[in-house]
Amino acid sequence: MIRIANGQGFWGDWLEAPVRLIEGGPIDYLILDYLAEVTMSILQKQKQADPNLGYARDFPPLIARVARKIRERNVKVIANAGGVNPIACAREVRRLAPDVKVAVVLGDDVYARIDDMLARGLELRSMDTGEPLSSIRDRILSANAYIGAIPLAQALATGADVIISGRCADAALALAPMIHRFGWKETDWDLLASGIVAGHIVECGAQCTGGNSQVDWTTIPDLANIGYPIVEAEPDGSFAITKHPGTGGRINTHIVKEQLIYEIGDPKNYITPDCIADFTTVRLRDDGVHRVRVSGIQGRPRTDTLKLSISYADGFKATGALVYSWPQAFEKAQAADRIVRARLNQLGLRFDEIYTEYFGVNACHGPAAAPAPDPAEVQIRIGVRGHDRKAVDRFTRELIPLVLSGPPTGTGYGDGRPRVRDIVAYWPALVPREEIRTSVEVVQ
Amino acid sequence: MKIPLSRIAHGRSGDKGDTANIGIIAYHERHYPILLREVTAERVKMHFGPFIKGDVERYELPNLGALNFLLRAALGGGGTISLRTDAQGKTYSAGLLRMEIEVDERELGD
Repeated sequence: MIRIANGQGFWGDWLEAPVRLIEGGPIDYLILDYLAEVTMSILQKQKQADPNLGYARDFPPLIARVARKIRERNVKVIANAGGVNPIACAREVRRLAPDVKVAVVLGDDVYARIDDMLARGLELRSMDTGEPLSSIRDRILSANAYIGAIPLAQALATGADVIISGRCADAALALAPMIHRFGWKETDWDLLASGIVAGHIVECGAQCTGGNSQVDWTTIPDLANIGYPIVEAEPDGSFAITKHPGTGGRINTHIVKEQLIYEIGDPKNYITPDCIADFTTVRLRDDGVHRVRVSGIQGRPRTDTLKLSISYADGFKATGALVYSWPQAFEKAQAADRIVRARLNQLGLRFDEIYTEYFGVNACHGPAAAPAPDPAEVQIRIGVRGHDRKAVDRFTRELIPLVLSGPPTGTGYGDGRPRVRDIVAYWPALVPREEIRTSVEVVQ
Repeated sequence: MKIPLSRIAHGRSGDKGDTANIGIIAYHERHYPILLREVTAERVKMHFGPFIKGDVERYELPNLGALNFLLRAALGGGGTISLRTDAQGKTYSAGLLRMEIEVDERELGD
């Protein structure tokens, strides 16, 4: 049995979680997921400004903080912290923690190869809209393939203490040590699917240990010290989900189910670079306090394609808010919305969309919201987006004047006028698997 | 009688681009047939009304006593394009659990 802990569900997750996993009890592998879809484009911009950046900057200081302990306890760290510059990330880890052996997985970044692919007739059509990539070619900011667990397992075979990748499938981080330690083959579809399901359950960190759970949430103990998840993986593909003793949170089958169905599509066809996992074959059983056993998982052969995550510039947006108090708070906010729209219209400004939300009334659920008769206060939040930056910027000046020139009791403008932000849109596409060649490099 | 879905089920929701996913899970497996009968794709689409621009698809997970719904064009463009506060659909499961369903008291068995 090996213990694989996840200490980071996204970049920006609780900084103490990975340290507590290392110090709070036995683990063999610590996995850390840093990359969301939009993160890659932010990192690409950082790399363009400075060729030594473009990775998750929280990661090297974390390794420096835990370097002595992971070597003492023989904990291997696997993280997609490399972003669009895994080598630079590895060098920074080595600079801060010279005793740590680091291996990087390369080959996911295809940003420099896009023109070559298009020239060879790969259309890289959007999986959402079906449009060919050529329609946005000049606006592309980053392009990375989701790679699977096999190159990560190859990196573990170098004996490195820390494995750094760029874009990889989140669940592959958990599967990699199972392939490495149990000697699973590339065609062991049921076993690979088991590792993917384990990875899926833990990839959002504390979301499987009582965080963001709707099951008796008021009774979940000590969320302030919530334990992050640990997979106890067996060579036969079965595993348990648990956490360190004495930590907060809760693990039971209800809570694990919530995470199993989180952000999936067709449950019979959970497609990953390594296999297709069938979530309708998962068997769960409560196995003591804060421990759920998982078994029975079936998989099918991987597809011939890998998914590309491409980001591109798609205009500008800004959102701003004001608060109106009782009485008639909602009516006042609606009047404010009409005034803003009338003034924008008089200026002749055109936007792709103007969108208004009323917090305290129906912002989150729209027509499905519970009735809110004459609430104590309502926050109105107006957003615009478009391709004319000047128009979006002009909008940012139209909210605060309402405090003096609109309906009564407007407040909540203390943060000043809204900021214009770049829109970085996401373009998922498929490439033939053979286009992506990964390699492993030990960074000395 | 009419009860809110939240009485027999919990859930979690999230996003993939402009598609929201809502997982709805029966607290007791014996209530899964009620979910199958009452929480159809059409009713989910109606419940959210114009908040959801696209179709709703339903998938069944009998092993978990759960249903998974995909709501297309449901997040105002999704990701970074969306002007919505809940551009990731994090609150959609709670929104769906407000839906009233029709049950026979004997079916509940509690």
